[in-house]
Amino acid sequence: MKENRLIPNDHSQAEGDKAALPTEKSAKHFSTLRNLLNSFENRTWRGVVIGIPYLWMLMFFFLPFVFVFKISLAESIIARPPFTSLIAWVDGTRLSINLIFDNYLLLLEDDFFTIAYLNSLKIAFVATLCCLIIGYIMAYGIARSKASIRNVLLLLVILPFWTSFLLRVYAWMGLLSNHGIINNLLLAIGFIDQPIQMMYTDFAMYVVFVYTFLPFMILPLYSTLEKMDMSLHEASADLGAKPVTTFLTVTVPLSMPGIIAGCMLVFIPAVGEFVIPSLVGGPDSMMIGRMLFDEFFANRDWPLASAVAVVLLIFLVVPFMLYKFYSARQEGRYV
Amino acid sequence: MNSKRNYYILTGMGFGFAFLYIPILLLMVFSFNEAKVTTRWSSFSLKWYQALLENDAIINAALISLKIAVISATIATIVGVLAGIALVRFKKFKGKTLFSGLMVAPMVMPEVITGLSLLFLFVAMEELIGWPDGRGMTTITIAHITFCITFVAVIIQSRLQGMDESLEEAAMDLGGRPIRILFDITLPLITPAMISGWLLSFTLSLDDVILASFVSGPSSTTLPLVIFSKIKLGISPDINALATLIIGIVAIGIVIAAWLMNKKEKAYQRDIQMAVAQNE
Amino acid sequence: MEPLEEKYIDPQPWLDKNEKPFLEIRSVTKKFGDFTAVDKVNLEIYKGELFCLLGGSGCGKSTLLRILAGFETATEGSFFIDGVDMTQIPPYERPVNMMFQSYAIFPHMSVEKNIAYGLKRDGLSKPEVKTRVEEGLKLVQLSQFAKRKPHQLSGGQQQRVALARALVKHPKVLLLDEPLAALDKKLREKTQFELMDIQYKLGITFIVVTHDQEEAMTLSTRIAVMNQGKIKQIGTPTDIYEYPQSRFTANFIGSINIFEGIVKESLSESHVVQSEETQCDLLIDRDSSIHTGEKIGVAIRPEKIHLSREEPDKQDFNTLRGKVLDFGYIGNLSVYNVKLPSGKMVKVSSPNQNRYSKHRVTWDDIVYLTWEPANTVVIL
Repeated sequence: MKENRLIPNDHSQAEGDKAALPTEKSAKHFSTLRNLLNSFENRTWRGVVIGIPYLWMLMFFFLPFVFVFKISLAESIIARPPFTSLIAWVDGTRLSINLIFDNYLLLLEDDFFTIAYLNSLKIAFVATLCCLIIGYIMAYGIARSKASIRNVLLLLVILPFWTSFLLRVYAWMGLLSNHGIINNLLLAIGFIDQPIQMMYTDFAMYVVFVYTFLPFMILPLYSTLEKMDMSLHEASADLGAKPVTTFLTVTVPLSMPGIIAGCMLVFIPAVGEFVIPSLVGGPDSMMIGRMLFDEFFANRDWPLASAVAVVLLIFLVVPFMLYKFYSARQEGRYV
Repeated sequence: MNSKRNYYILTGMGFGFAFLYIPILLLMVFSFNEAKVTTRWSSFSLKWYQALLENDAIINAALISLKIAVISATIATIVGVLAGIALVRFKKFKGKTLFSGLMVAPMVMPEVITGLSLLFLFVAMEELIGWPDGRGMTTITIAHITFCITFVAVIIQSRLQGMDESLEEAAMDLGGRPIRILFDITLPLITPAMISGWLLSFTLSLDDVILASFVSGPSSTTLPLVIFSKIKLGISPDINALATLIIGIVAIGIVIAAWLMNKKEKAYQRDIQMAVAQNE
Repeated sequence: MEPLEEKYIDPQPWLDKNEKPFLEIRSVTKKFGDFTAVDKVNLEIYKGELFCLLGGSGCGKSTLLRILAGFETATEGSFFIDGVDMTQIPPYERPVNMMFQSYAIFPHMSVEKNIAYGLKRDGLSKPEVKTRVEEGLKLVQLSQFAKRKPHQLSGGQQQRVALARALVKHPKVLLLDEPLAALDKKLREKTQFELMDIQYKLGITFIVVTHDQEEAMTLSTRIAVMNQGKIKQIGTPTDIYEYPQSRFTANFIGSINIFEGIVKESLSESHVVQSEETQCDLLIDRDSSIHTGEKIGVAIRPEKIHLSREEPDKQDFNTLRGKVLDFGYIGNLSVYNVKLPSGKMVKVSSPNQNRYSKHRVTWDDIVYLTWEPANTVVIL
């Protein structure tokens, strides 16, 4: 009894127990060699975790851009590969560097390219705006619906995203074509005499853009709206704001992060989109992604296609940087 | 007044969901249409499904696509998990800014640019070291992995950020070495995120037209490439049949997964409530 | 039968010059960029102590604990356990275990597996692991919950799993980060004593980080009060409460009244202090380190002041007259805020020994405050 209650005694007992076990870490255990091995193990471990993805992305994502940039400064020739090299040995002694800016000059001078760039921005902008309006209503509705059906509704929004993009575009081709379901229906009820040309117009592009990108808008909007504290709305109403005022002065400003994220997720891929304009877009409404594709595959002009890519990249870097800046500021404000 | 507002929102939502689903439903309905014209109903028939099964080109392409999707989703998940861990758990290392940039960029990069640049890389590599020998499954798989790593990394990153870091510290405190901790603690806890990362990668790979257009060779045509070249020429009922099959499989899979998850979550909540009640 | 007194020996190794410290922290500093979280901390902790690091949030106590566990590396300084330098040893090799504030119980493992985890990492044989796990479960009274998953346990049970998991490794030092913070008040009080009991039984050195002064006072053999990365005072709970050495400690632990003044006169037994805040001079016990003419603060705890409506006979020293501005009934005691003519507010608390006392002091009463010189503390 006494032994168990006295601290010093108890100690020696515990100590004795432990000494018999292999776990006991004695002073001699920690040699310098051991420390070295440990730090080596840690360093290798870190090296693997960082190194593998880093090398992969440098090799297959970063390096390829260097090639694009390099080729954009070359000249198109009929050869394999179909462009001139930038650095060449002249007479075997002199190193000459040939940078050709013609491709970029052509992009600037030829209206065709300028119009395509502006048209891409315009279509992406209008499509984003339509997505925002429809997406906001839906996200708001889902966020305000009963908790039990909220997940089901959300699942219904995500479901089309998991099915093929290509097939979703295809679904509209069947609706919009001259002999499509909509025209057939309208003709059948006598609303029109002649099929309306919808396929291969900007209208078709907008519809399909909104259709395919809508989930990307709804999801970030929903996540900000769902987190929003309902008592803020009640407080606003309590202080005398009408529902519309509350919506404009409380709900919308607080959902700004979701609005920005959603718009970026729609706008950025829309600018460079290729499948939609090439399937439902008109021949006179050129978009830049499609142009790059044609320049590369139809004309086999690698340098010009590269220059188009570089310029497109610059167009996209600006909004992306703005977005990054905004989200960094947001974090700074709330953390 | 409140109910009036709700009414507007409900109507809006109704239109929204109709907009999302009517085109798909019509597409599926017309896959059972007897006539060659896919826009006017004649009578019920399964002949387009039969035609689909007899179409070797489509079946081969589908097999190639599945193979590529499985391989690239698996590799992308492994590399993406490492990237996610590096982003969240290693506070500082040389070149972290570039690293995190590389992990976001492919997501916002137009695929035409990614495809074009990868093609240039492969051409240059073939010239320099003789590999890859021409373009085909290997190059498509590499392209898909590169594209998917980012998505996996983002999913893993957000899961790890939500995870209590002291779990890993506790394991280390109890004598676990870094690699053991990865297998004992980190990976088991991020398994759901890894599964969603894999599924997302699998879907993205199965769905890709643009990257494949650039880096595929004549011997390796993926399913989306076949579909794309077919529908460019117009509507064709066997594609409707194919779409119905794909959408059906995906929808059933997702609904089952959601149901299982919901069941698990409910059991979990019940356990917690019981534990609390028992304490009182 | 042993003599009763022997059971209650309260060893105080820190007073014994021959005793060597078990854990020694030598001038440990931790900087995060420009911010100094831990500032040249020196600490000696003896075997079998239940040592508390007490301080507000951001005082550096948790960082110090994490340095001991090995999750942070000290920018400068070193520390030793049992004479071995631990500074460079990775966490998984230190003979130190930690109980986390969040408990950090692995959610995908059963209670049993959680407790066995550390033992398996030490390469113990299967039967050995089994016995040790059973011992651990018994120690924290969770034997019947061995197969449960963490989410099927209540908060108190989870806390005990975390404790058992760390203890079965027989660490030389157990670090506890806010061990009771996540429990509700009733459970916290009960668990406090369980924790002391277990520590007493096993004799393992505990280092507890807490922000709760009551918890620190109840649990510990000694307390180190920390502020802004520095240790302000080390001592037994009684030392810290009765003899605070700085204004920070005095105010941080409980509440206290401080009168600012100048030493007017030094007598054989005491000093006389003149203060502008009081009507009469204050008398304090003689202390060789205090000199006439020095500016000092005379501090007195609220419960050490006697409050009465009757005018005392002698009013030369330590007698203040004031008006009750506010009072609060807390149940076991009442707290009064008394305003002196100088405007100084004095806090007084007195026990409610009688129910419905007719002579209860109330608002606007004129009261007299008196205290014994021995109950004051001088703060420089």
